[in-house]
Amino acid sequence: MSTVLEARTGSPVRASRPRPRGGVRRETFAQWLFLAPAIVYVVVFFGYPVVKNLVMSFQEYTTKTFFTGEAPWVGLANYVEVVQSTFFGITVGNTLMFTLGSIVGQFVIGLLFALFFRKRFPLSGMLRSLLLLPWLLPVIASTSVWKWILDQDGGVLNQALGLVGIGPVPWLTSPDVALIAVVLVNVWLGIPFNVALLYGGLQNIPDELYEAGALDGATGWKAFWHITWPSLRPVVTVTLVLGVIYTLKVLDIILGLTGGGPANSTQTLATDSYFRSFREFDFGAGAAVSNILILFSLVFAVIYLRVNRKQVDE
Amino acid sequence: MNSTSPRRTVPMTVLGVVILAFMLFPVYWMVNVSLQGGGMAASSDIFPFNPDFSGYEKALSQQTGNLLTSILVSLGTVVLTLAIAAPAAYALAQFRLPGKGVFQFALLIAQMIPGIVIANSLYTMFNELGLLNSIPGLILADATHAIPFAILIMQAFMISLPPSLVEAARVDGAGHFRAFWSIVLPVSRNSLITAALFSFLFAWSDFIFALTLTSSDVVKPITLGIYDYLEGNVQSWAPVLATAVISSLPAIVLLVVAQKYIAAGALGGAVKS
Repeated sequence: MSTVLEARTGSPVRASRPRPRGGVRRETFAQWLFLAPAIVYVVVFFGYPVVKNLVMSFQEYTTKTFFTGEAPWVGLANYVEVVQSTFFGITVGNTLMFTLGSIVGQFVIGLLFALFFRKRFPLSGMLRSLLLLPWLLPVIASTSVWKWILDQDGGVLNQALGLVGIGPVPWLTSPDVALIAVVLVNVWLGIPFNVALLYGGLQNIPDELYEAGALDGATGWKAFWHITWPSLRPVVTVTLVLGVIYTLKVLDIILGLTGGGPANSTQTLATDSYFRSFREFDFGAGAAVSNILILFSLVFAVIYLRVNRKQVDE
Repeated sequence: MNSTSPRRTVPMTVLGVVILAFMLFPVYWMVNVSLQGGGMAASSDIFPFNPDFSGYEKALSQQTGNLLTSILVSLGTVVLTLAIAAPAAYALAQFRLPGKGVFQFALLIAQMIPGIVIANSLYTMFNELGLLNSIPGLILADATHAIPFAILIMQAFMISLPPSLVEAARVDGAGHFRAFWSIVLPVSRNSLITAALFSFLFAWSDFIFALTLTSSDVVKPITLGIYDYLEGNVQSWAPVLATAVISSLPAIVLLVVAQKYIAAGALGGAVKS
């Protein structure tokens, strides 16, 4: 223990006053001990996987590797294989459509609900917190009921549509509509998250702004465009960017509803990576796909961090 | 804007109820169909006119072991998360450590890493360590859902603790750890509870690690039990949705009983979906 202390040559900490026994180094050491388990955990369970994933994407890493311990280097072969596969274009297209559709749907409906619940009326608080329920349920549990709701023959959605004369839609079995169905479910799942964030943002807009605006004749739509929207902009950006990052990694909804089918029409980068690694046991190719996925996330992560920093600066 | 006359507010409440009914319809449908267990109906009634619990009987007979696994994994995740996150949150909130900012940045980034990336690597790591198909393995993996969130939630609270609170104890001769244990933790109780509840829900809902890091019937969380139903050709939806209802109970109970803490977590939801 004491050798460890002596070995440390950390810079002294400004905040700590010299203590009667021990001294600055011991104090710093004790403080680091609080953080040490978290640092170790983050390095092992976030840092290592990212690096390992990068390394694996340049290796032939298959079930054989588990027996022989050998994973030969193959350079960019995994990436070439993945990008040249016939459905890579479809997968990327699906990923973009799934993300765009989900985000637009969640955000627009979420904003409308948040604006609605901002008004005070009896039970508004209780209704708003019950609205969080879809966000808290296990996603695979919600997915299971949606699979039955969307069922072509026995599903309640087609029964309802049938009442207004719309023929049975093969929601999950036709390549033409499966992606729309999956987006629909993801929009439903994402609305509570959007409402929670946007409602929080709306609460931070001071009432005086509206009072002053009302004197200048800014009410209704005018008040929204000139007061609400500009004030809400930073929260909007954070909501959208986080929404994109979380949507890009969605796996459970798609696997549960369609398994990426029919005919790859709902295959995304996340599900493709899963199938390559855990169904075909081609971990190298799976890692390559998920690194491409990370690249997409990274772009939005940068936007997020920039906005976050700007907010902190202001 | 905040008119309180009943003539304006009652229609608002009605509209609010309509919105909620629309949003919670799938939850209603889950409960409704789970109670229509008799026979293999081609479609479901609007209401369980003759409630039949055979779906639950079947679900419990098939899923009790999986439920137990989920309970153990979730509780284990809560313990591991609090043990790692609470001291870290305190250090980040109250100590001036060099490089603190780098770590906070790493936490933010960590939450954005797709689960499939972590699963890919953990599979090979756990394979070597013999942690596949094990409860400790799932606990370690599921804590990735919870630890960054828990640190950020508790840190936000602990940053508001007056330093004098701890200093007083330290002048009395208490070490850092005693001060943390006997003063900081008790006054931070609410944020600990919020972090614990969400850690439980995150682990309970975990799908990706259950899917990738277990392959046996011995250690199988309830989420994977549901997925197994969906993978096959579902003949009768009552047991499937009865299992879904059972797996939804923790969230429903916590939303009703611990609303205060859930609301606190939802505000911190800025950092977690």
